[in-house]
Amino acid sequence: MNNSHDVALNSHVHRDDVGAKMGMWLFLFTEVLLFGGMFLVYAVYRFQNQEQFKLAALELHTGIGTLNTIILLTSSLTVALSIAAIQNKNKFLSIVYLNATLLLALFFMVNKYFEWSTKFAHGIYPGAKELLEKPNGQILFYGLYYVMTGLHGLHVLIGMIILYIIKRQIKKDIITSDNYVRLENSGLYWHLVDLIWIFLFPLFYLIQ
Amino acid sequence: MANAVAENYLQQSTNKYSGIKSWLLTTDHKKIGLMYLIAILFFFLVGVIIGLLMRLELIAPGKTIMDPQTYNSLFTLHGVIMIFLFIVPGLPAIFGNFFLPIQIGAKDVAFPRLNLLSWYVYMIGAILALVSLFLPGGPIDTGWTFYIPYSVRTSTNVSLAIFAAFVLGFSSILTGINFVTTVHRLRAPGMNFFKMPLFVWATYATAWIQIIATPVVGITILLVIIERAFGVGIFDPALGGDPVLYQHMFWIYSHPAVYIMILPAMGVVSEIIPTFSRRTIFGYNAIAMSSLAIAFIGYLVWAHHMFTSGMSDTARWVFSLLTFIVALPSGVKVFNWVATMYKGSIDPQPPFLWVMSFIFLFSIGGLTGLVLGSLATDIHVHDTYFVVAHFHYVMFGGTGTIFFAGLHYWFPKMFGKMYNLKLSKIAVALFFIGFNLLYFPKFILGYMGMPRRYYDYLPQFESLQKISTFGSWILGGTIFFIVGYLIHALIKGKKATSNPWGGVTLEWHIASPPIQENFEVIPTITHKPYDFSQLKEMKNE
Amino acid sequence: MEHSKKHPGYNTYILVWLALLMFTSITVTIAGIDLGKYTLLIAMFIAAIKSALVINIFMHIKFEEKIFKVFLLLSGMTLLIIFVLTFSDFLFR
Repeated sequence: MNNSHDVALNSHVHRDDVGAKMGMWLFLFTEVLLFGGMFLVYAVYRFQNQEQFKLAALELHTGIGTLNTIILLTSSLTVALSIAAIQNKNKFLSIVYLNATLLLALFFMVNKYFEWSTKFAHGIYPGAKELLEKPNGQILFYGLYYVMTGLHGLHVLIGMIILYIIKRQIKKDIITSDNYVRLENSGLYWHLVDLIWIFLFPLFYLIQ
Repeated sequence: MANAVAENYLQQSTNKYSGIKSWLLTTDHKKIGLMYLIAILFFFLVGVIIGLLMRLELIAPGKTIMDPQTYNSLFTLHGVIMIFLFIVPGLPAIFGNFFLPIQIGAKDVAFPRLNLLSWYVYMIGAILALVSLFLPGGPIDTGWTFYIPYSVRTSTNVSLAIFAAFVLGFSSILTGINFVTTVHRLRAPGMNFFKMPLFVWATYATAWIQIIATPVVGITILLVIIERAFGVGIFDPALGGDPVLYQHMFWIYSHPAVYIMILPAMGVVSEIIPTFSRRTIFGYNAIAMSSLAIAFIGYLVWAHHMFTSGMSDTARWVFSLLTFIVALPSGVKVFNWVATMYKGSIDPQPPFLWVMSFIFLFSIGGLTGLVLGSLATDIHVHDTYFVVAHFHYVMFGGTGTIFFAGLHYWFPKMFGKMYNLKLSKIAVALFFIGFNLLYFPKFILGYMGMPRRYYDYLPQFESLQKISTFGSWILGGTIFFIVGYLIHALIKGKKATSNPWGGVTLEWHIASPPIQENFEVIPTITHKPYDFSQLKEMKNE
Repeated sequence: MEHSKKHPGYNTYILVWLALLMFTSITVTIAGIDLGKYTLLIAMFIAAIKSALVINIFMHIKFEEKIFKVFLLLSGMTLLIIFVLTFSDFLFR
């Protein structure tokens, strides 16, 4: 990345926004298949341990899950609005919406933190004695719960870092109303994080 | 840069640096291709040496030069290095990088900096893999498939080694994204999809598999690492997991990966055969489409690696049936290649001879694949030397041979130097003899019941094992001989002309070695890719 | 500039967001009712509708070139195939 500035200057002449977006979408497919692999593991184990999955899911708090769903959906909205704002040449509004997104993402992570720490306090964490005494199906459920929501949380964190950098670039006018493909691509990434949560939510919190 | 027409890319720098930095920080797809060539060739030779050591151990029953645990590590390393560091990245990263943009008339790939990044990611992965050998805990001993539950129980450095595979997968994904976008966005005017050379088609299909299959093994590897590190119950049967599910996940990638390895090789073959037959390719559309078909059907056959794992009978016959279907597009290719040669004016130069050797070896590999694809016979030879022989015929006899074919075909273009043709013809013959001596006895051994990955064997296998080891010396010697005369050519070779073989795809229209941005003027494409009527115009140019 | 196509405005995004919230409340409500084996099916169906909204509007796929839609279909199909073929094992054990 050392010569990013030279290239950025050169490439200004023949910039290919559609190509950049195509690259981003291809990357998103790899993310979809990465999580897809985990959903496959989930599907197989849920199929094999239907009753145990239901019992284990009772421990999860539907309220927190719903709240986090609403938070993420709203943050998706604010990113989309941020792009709309920059298209309308409103730099200030665009930054405001990005700040809102970052704040919502932070809420999500704080929620997640409290959710996980309550679980830990109840002795439900990988390798814990209380968890290992439960039937195999429940061990698998919690294993998947921690791995899938954990990896999703990691994506939220990465997304936050990216959006923060993008915000700085808007401030410095590196991203402008006629060159905002980076904002669009980061937005795409953020929507993907939301998209994955849309499936994680019913699969973990709404089994009844 | 217009004033530097006479200078080629080897002398110029894409950044403000000169010397080694002009290479390490370059965004030129050609230089990155060469950097891959150096790295990949190095790891290939390491893999070869490990293979030679294994063969030496097997020259006689019992202990010869190493203890069993070392042998376990060596066959794992041989697999990991050859698969993840050589064959998977090999052809796309070297020749794809160098020639895909040129063949579609582009100045570079779509994301040049990402391209450099993927080289660094590759190097990091490779270094991690090497580091894992020397850390306490010892080198990984699970076999390159890392099967559960052994891989969560063994105390060797599994986590680091498979993390290296994860990193290498990431590099592979980045390359794939780059190539798909390049093909869609950067074709020269007039270059529609059906005017693209077949190597581009094959690399394009490969890039799609890289994008769509690699993440699945990525997550599988991550899950194993998490399982080892935190004791999370995922695949371990002691915690309710299903090891067969691991095998599914592993092969969902690793079978399509076989096509990542072979498809670009098939593309190179489709380049070389028309050039040396002076005839347009027979069945262009069929070959192009069969690349996509292989990429697609190759996705549906993974569980044929698992016929004896305790899968349901339904899954076994479904996957067996699908496996037979994938033989069809491969057959389409072979027949079209042979038909291209028919009535051509064949010029048996070294690249062509390599390809002939490929068709022979790959056909044996492919046909024995059908023996393994049928349920009943697979149960008999599963996990024996028969399987080992089969995939060496396909991978080494197929992709490995074409690695050398491509290297000999494009060497004068890449470096502007010509190697000794007579020596390289001898090398093909030696390679062919050594290869068959090394691997053919393994078919017989496997059929007789010699299991794979064994350190020791029964006395009745000794003579065939000895022949195999003898073959490994010829083959190994030939490989070092080839590297030797190519390096000699690099230093003292005669200057190559811009079109030594009489090829007509775009790379033969430009200087050898090419200039910085490949073309002085971006060409407008009017001809089909293998239209040899262009040759006359090209000579007048 | 290649951004010749029309962008959706603020209002469209807010409408979509409201729809997403509505579907979320529906899926939470339905989860409270015991529908036996249909519970999972309905939950997945609603999740699919929600993701279609996100992909089409928020992620602009509706307004992109056709090739993007082809790509999306391709990766979706791949995922489906993996699931179907894997379950050809686990369903018939």
